[in-house]
Amino acid sequence: MTSATADVARPAPVIEESLAAKILRVLGKAPVHALLVVVGLFWLVPSIGLLAISLMSPADFTDLGWWRVLAEPSLITWDNYSALFEGGTDSLVARSLVTTAIIAVGGTVIPIFVAALAGYAFAWLEFPGRDWIFIGVIALLVVPLQLALIPMFDLYSRLGIFDTRTSLILFHSAFALPFAIFLLRNFFIGIPKELLEAARIDGASELRIFLRLILPLGLPAIASLAIFQFLWTWNDLLVALSLGRETQPITVAIFSQLRQFGSNIELIAPATFVSLAIPLVIFFAFQRYFVQGLLAGSVK
Amino acid sequence: MSGQSISAESPATGAPPGSRPGFLRRNAAPAAFLAPAFILLVVWVVYPAVYTFFRSFFDDAGGAFDGFVGVDNYKRLFTDDNTLQAIKNNAIWVGVVPALVTAIGLIFAVLTERVSWAVAFKTVVFMPMAISLFAAGVIWRAAMYQQEPERGAINAVVAGVKDAIDPAGVLSQAQPSTDAISGTPQGGLELGEPIAVGDTALLGLTGIRGEEVPADAVQAVAPEPLQGGITGVVWRDFKPGGGNPGEVESEEVGLPGVTVELRGEDGGEVASTTSAADGTFAFEDVEEGRYQVAIGPETFAESFGGIAWLSERLITMSVIISYIWVWAGFAMVVIAAGLAAIPRDVLEAARTDGGSEWQVFRRVTVPLLAPVLTVVFITMLINVLKVFDIVLSVAPGSVQDDATVIALEMWRESFTAARNFGFGSAIAVFLFLLVIPILLLNVRRFRREV
Repeated sequence: MTSATADVARPAPVIEESLAAKILRVLGKAPVHALLVVVGLFWLVPSIGLLAISLMSPADFTDLGWWRVLAEPSLITWDNYSALFEGGTDSLVARSLVTTAIIAVGGTVIPIFVAALAGYAFAWLEFPGRDWIFIGVIALLVVPLQLALIPMFDLYSRLGIFDTRTSLILFHSAFALPFAIFLLRNFFIGIPKELLEAARIDGASELRIFLRLILPLGLPAIASLAIFQFLWTWNDLLVALSLGRETQPITVAIFSQLRQFGSNIELIAPATFVSLAIPLVIFFAFQRYFVQGLLAGSVK
Repeated sequence: MSGQSISAESPATGAPPGSRPGFLRRNAAPAAFLAPAFILLVVWVVYPAVYTFFRSFFDDAGGAFDGFVGVDNYKRLFTDDNTLQAIKNNAIWVGVVPALVTAIGLIFAVLTERVSWAVAFKTVVFMPMAISLFAAGVIWRAAMYQQEPERGAINAVVAGVKDAIDPAGVLSQAQPSTDAISGTPQGGLELGEPIAVGDTALLGLTGIRGEEVPADAVQAVAPEPLQGGITGVVWRDFKPGGGNPGEVESEEVGLPGVTVELRGEDGGEVASTTSAADGTFAFEDVEEGRYQVAIGPETFAESFGGIAWLSERLITMSVIISYIWVWAGFAMVVIAAGLAAIPRDVLEAARTDGGSEWQVFRRVTVPLLAPVLTVVFITMLINVLKVFDIVLSVAPGSVQDDATVIALEMWRESFTAARNFGFGSAIAVFLFLLVIPILLLNVRRFRREV
């Protein structure tokens, strides 16, 4: 695929090149490297900027610009972060991080377990109307969650579970199901039939087969799904903003500070960076699953 | 990995519809496996969707179904200023973003095929996918979009370029030292009273920082009257430790290089000159009459104040840039996977047949990638219709009305102080109606591929 091999392979006389082809050839290698470096920097700079702001005193940031910290590391201060976590576990940020974590873990484990159960039933159990019910579940993919916010606000208020973590977890769980069921059913169906039949002949119950055979074998799909769902719930703003008040995950906590953007940047910047930490760790730790999940979700 | 998950032929041949006894018992296991999902989906998805649909035909008050208003809420969608703006903005989003993201993803995917450090590049570009759109918006607003070039990175770069090409005026901050001079820096400062030929003009300025004083300035000199002409001086009318405004005193320097205009009584420019090192200037051979002496506006050219990225006019573009920053990585990774799946020998064959790189790209690569490009485009189309959090974090409250989109309007009407549940429901249904046709396209694709 390099131009060298292409040249060798090419029949002797060079075919007339179009202008575009010339441009592309001249663009060759070095400019491609240069372009990608510039683009890469463009993608890095905003995040570095926020990190820099979070590590500077607001006065330094205002007078000098955040890029100054790159040249003068002595400007770095941890004051913003210590102020953020003042009060330890009672600080607003610590409390909202705990809330976020609980919602994200609950909103990941519950829907995936529930979807795995349903996915197994759709893949390997026989019951009347199975395929139609499955199609019905997939059809629910079209429902945007905006369509459910107002009724659930009403219902949660009437049931007295408004503004609780549980109510947020259940909301996220339900809306994760259609896609999760679709994906897991399609994955489970690829499990060799002989394995299941052997287990059934051995007298294993369906529950046992599900727990001991299907779940472990489905782990690759479950892992991809879990990463996406975790990031989705961790990063959610809309649901928590609409169906919570005191139950503030980190995104909502930051949002409530946004109104005084200019004057409390020393709070917003580190808080935002803290909110990014877990997603970034997960991203780097499970990048492979992340990409696989992405491809499974969009290409197929 | 996906090959495995796709083989979707029904495994079961389907039990003959059973009239055998124990219907319940035979279906107990499936029922148990499906029950949790069923409950969650019915209570949290199906019921509210139906509820919202009906709710949209009732007025805003309360939570109960009274106050039927027919399709009024839907009419309001197309008459209310905010929802109209939201629809307009969403149209811009739909028109711009999916195509741009797909194109950028394609370019990145193709270019990274040629470099050895592709993984590093892809990781960097893909990283924003992991963080929330909300946080991405905060990042851009804090680090990139601030208007002051001392704070906002983009404007700092623009200011650097602009100062190199078109520097600021010599005295961008100067003010007149006495009331005798009037006007504005934009129109030029001029003497309040017209003067006659043979008179002198004293143009004292203050508010000039030490480092702004031109380096070749020397002690100012009071002007000598000139027969048949007009003379004067422009000087820094400021003496450390005091002094009399309007008088040329020792230690006060002239301001060289300042453009001085002689204007007729109608305000039109008659002549212009520049001041010398001691600040003096002279207009010789002036016709009899009365004139205004003024300092030209170019002297006061402001230094670059920064592009207002978060202003009413630019806000949607700014939000879109940060949104593309988030999603380009997704497009790149998906398209790169599609690129990797193209059989090498197909491309090689095209090349050995004499196709140039560009021809191979246009005639072979892109057509083979078409399904993948479509997937990216459609995915982005759906995402863009539902865009919400990044608008909320990039756009300051003051320009939210200008940046608003449909999903944001739905939330603002329903969950801020207003609690307009009827109207909010109508907006949600409208959003749903917009998404459906695109998803149906997707389903057709699913069916073809599964």
